[in-house]
Amino acid sequence: MRRLLIAIPYIWLLLLFLVPFGIVLKISLSDYALSIPPFTPQLDLSTGWQGFAEFWSQLDMENYWFLTDDDLYWKAYLSSLQIAALSTFFTLLVGFPIAYGMANAPEHWRPTLMLLIILPFWTSFLIRVYAWIGILSNEGFLNQFLLAIGLISAPIKILNTDIAVYIGITYTYLPFMVLPIYATLEKLDGSLLEAAEDLGCTRLQAFWAVTVPLSKPGVIAGCFLVFIPALGEFVIPSLLGGSDTLMIGKVLWEEFFSNRDWPVASAVAIILLLILVIPIILFQRNEQKQREAGN
Amino acid sequence: MSSATVEFSPWTDPDTTPLISFEGVTKRFGNFTAIDNINLNIYPREFFALLGPSGCGKTTLMRMLGGFEEATEGTITIDGQDMAGIPANKRAVNMMFQSYALFPHLTVADNIAFGLHRSPMPKSEIQGRVDEMLRLVQLQKFAKRKPHQISGGQRQRVALARALAKAPKLLLLDEPLGALDKKLRQETQFELMDIQETTGTTFVIVTHDQEEAMTVASRIAVMDNGLLKQVDTPDRIYETPNSVYVADFIGDVNIITGTATTVDGDATQLTWAEGVAPIKGMTGARVTQGEPASFVIRPEKVSINKSEPEASNKVQGQVLDIAYLGNMSTYHVELPNRQIIKSQTANNRRIARRDITWEDTVWLSWTETAGIVLRD
Repeated sequence: MRRLLIAIPYIWLLLLFLVPFGIVLKISLSDYALSIPPFTPQLDLSTGWQGFAEFWSQLDMENYWFLTDDDLYWKAYLSSLQIAALSTFFTLLVGFPIAYGMANAPEHWRPTLMLLIILPFWTSFLIRVYAWIGILSNEGFLNQFLLAIGLISAPIKILNTDIAVYIGITYTYLPFMVLPIYATLEKLDGSLLEAAEDLGCTRLQAFWAVTVPLSKPGVIAGCFLVFIPALGEFVIPSLLGGSDTLMIGKVLWEEFFSNRDWPVASAVAIILLLILVIPIILFQRNEQKQREAGN
Repeated sequence: MSSATVEFSPWTDPDTTPLISFEGVTKRFGNFTAIDNINLNIYPREFFALLGPSGCGKTTLMRMLGGFEEATEGTITIDGQDMAGIPANKRAVNMMFQSYALFPHLTVADNIAFGLHRSPMPKSEIQGRVDEMLRLVQLQKFAKRKPHQISGGQRQRVALARALAKAPKLLLLDEPLGALDKKLRQETQFELMDIQETTGTTFVIVTHDQEEAMTVASRIAVMDNGLLKQVDTPDRIYETPNSVYVADFIGDVNIITGTATTVDGDATQLTWAEGVAPIKGMTGARVTQGEPASFVIRPEKVSINKSEPEASNKVQGQVLDIAYLGNMSTYHVELPNRQIIKSQTANNRRIARRDITWEDTVWLSWTETAGIVLRD
């Protein structure tokens, strides 16, 4: 019975993660072909061992070499890393004060504030990103407002620029930053701050000497939770970004649906996954360390 | 009981300047009065205990000294300086928190150095001071550990070292030993007294443990509902409580209610039941003739005998219960009026040789000065 219970998540992971990964890996090693599905070789088990050996010999790394030939790809990876890192930084900049405010709010307010943070999840992510088009476009609410108060004389172009992408990512992933930081700040023992003040710190010094270092696990967790999905983000750059906004998620989509080059698209996806494995491992290690410190 | 009380008693000398003085201090939280018009002087080098049940205001009083609460009315002066509006970080006062409040991200040594880094002390001297503090609390070997890597007793000592590192004029200790087990607590009480004597710092300790207060303090303030009920040396608090509340709060006590029939200087007689002789005891504070009063006596001052003794106060009763505590036994004796009086005797014989047992008729007796008559 216990083995069965343990087996369920493993079977789930095997079927929904490892098997699809194997398929994508296999496609990335195949060649483009005008057929359905659009790649070759296909594994035909009816031909037996001989057929498998032939199938195996046709797999190669050609698509990966292609990615290094065309500078579009590594530029897209780098640009994605940059956009994800900067957005993570902006999310932290906005998210930390929110989490801090929540953790210091009167106890009976906190559930309401928490609800307000989670509330956007009740509507579709896509609709919320579309809503930003209405705000950021040349005739959008933001420009109209700035024109009305006379701060600008002509509409400024925000939509279809990288700035819109930063705004979109920061807005969308804010809860993932706020919640882990809030969790660490809420646990923070108030007497630690009193002790710091007692030992000669001003309120501000106590914040930097005690609150900031003790919220580090939450900040790290939040940064990873924003950085990891932002790196492969496709919807936000394609809806809010301009034609020159280069993100690997967009490249992947175009490779797959516009070029119908599944093998190259798969290779792009595999490399993205390899890039993501590093922050994911670091994230896991952070969580592990926090658990150990907790005990 | 503190031996220092014999030679050290600045509160009896009107020429000594107090280190701390509360003058008409009141603290309200909304409608709740936590501290009610308190006047109190605490002298340099004192080990002063604030004792009382939870919610009596002792912690609030201490937090006002630390700068974490402002008095609603009245003035608090420390070393001649009015403390109104002076924040915690500007006071020559350090506090040892009940939870210890050690910084979990810093090592033991860095915890101790925390306050020094924010003081005028030159960087080059900080390491020396930290070493000195580690030696004081015997934690040299643990300097590089984090708080979660040491035991509860060691954490307590780190908290003490950290609070003493800046050599404050006044050290506040909020239930400092509450988290330790009984044996360790008793050892640490003596350590605290040693450290207090070596450093010459004035200590104010908050505790709800009367034994702890009796052990460490030069003077104790017994508090209830935001009021100071009695401020005195441990022996006087125990021997001559000024109210039934204090008598009842400190240690075990028998209380017999009645009427003070004759008050003659130090001696008072209390009529307490029909057809028995009045109890002769010491005259307590504010007792007036003809008014209701209570006679209070400690169980260890009541003798128990099988035969009628020669004594100025004696009553007969029946043994209802015997509590055997190892080193001593407490006999619960029921008097004819159904009142129960406790008598405590040292077990200087083996239990098998005890001649008093359940249901025995016994005589309880005590001297004229053993108990005190107090106004209700």
